[in-house]
Amino acid sequence: MDATASQLTRTDKYDEQFQSPPGDLAIWFFILAELLAFAVFFAAYAFARASDVALFNEMQQQVNRNLGALNTVFLITASWCVARAVAAVTQDGAHRLGSRWLLGAIFCGGGFLVVKMFEYSAKFGAGISLSTNTFWMFYLSLTFFHFMHVILGMVILVVLWVQTRKGSYGPDNANGLESGAAYWHMVDLVWIVLFPLVYVMR
Amino acid sequence: MTTRKLDITLAVLLTATLATWGIGEAGAAGVAAMVSMLVLTFVKGRLIALDYMGLRPVRLFWRGMLVGWLVLVLSLIALAYWIGLSA
Repeated sequence: MDATASQLTRTDKYDEQFQSPPGDLAIWFFILAELLAFAVFFAAYAFARASDVALFNEMQQQVNRNLGALNTVFLITASWCVARAVAAVTQDGAHRLGSRWLLGAIFCGGGFLVVKMFEYSAKFGAGISLSTNTFWMFYLSLTFFHFMHVILGMVILVVLWVQTRKGSYGPDNANGLESGAAYWHMVDLVWIVLFPLVYVMR
Repeated sequence: MTTRKLDITLAVLLTATLATWGIGEAGAAGVAAMVSMLVLTFVKGRLIALDYMGLRPVRLFWRGMLVGWLVLVLSLIALAYWIGLSA
């Protein structure tokens, strides 16, 4: 009996070591492709800054770091809500609770978009555009590229919320939920690098 | 992943965000400030990949791809910053 239990534990550990990532495998290849694109963007920004540090440091003083930090809080909290939603559905089969967590994530994601639009509005109002200088070209294009990903992430979250409310996902059937969640976490992960790079590094 | 672990991860992420914001507000510059900023970013990114994305118990390949991406990007940023210092 003990030997069998021990064998089972070993087998479980073996399975765990070779476990696939949650969700559909295709979403992970998509995430890797997205991360590669952002990596190129981040490196381009960092090396462009290296060639004109004085300009980047001067222009950076005009970005609103408080709003950047607030948006980081929004995205981190949204990711936490999504992770709690996945846990509620996959561990407890609680799809109603899961849908409420997803609603929290949608609220936080919406907060990010509203704050970012305020930031863009202030910059465009001040006459800043893509052609103002290298810093603003990178600031606007890099943050807008990410902004578009947040919008797609919001669409995905709304679809997941509707499906979760209907009880479409459960402990043995959460592939779609886990795939969408992974995409949202990727959007969060990218902002985690973007915020210090653009708003803080000097 | 237990819900308690997810809550602790959120607390760590919020604290690290506050610290990163503090570095910016203090106008801190130079190698020490930037190393601190990059380490905080690595800690945050790794937690998101392992705990929120749920990669902690999966194959090393997938954890390696995500954490490796983070290391690669932060190393390139550090290299560019160092080049900027000596320019």
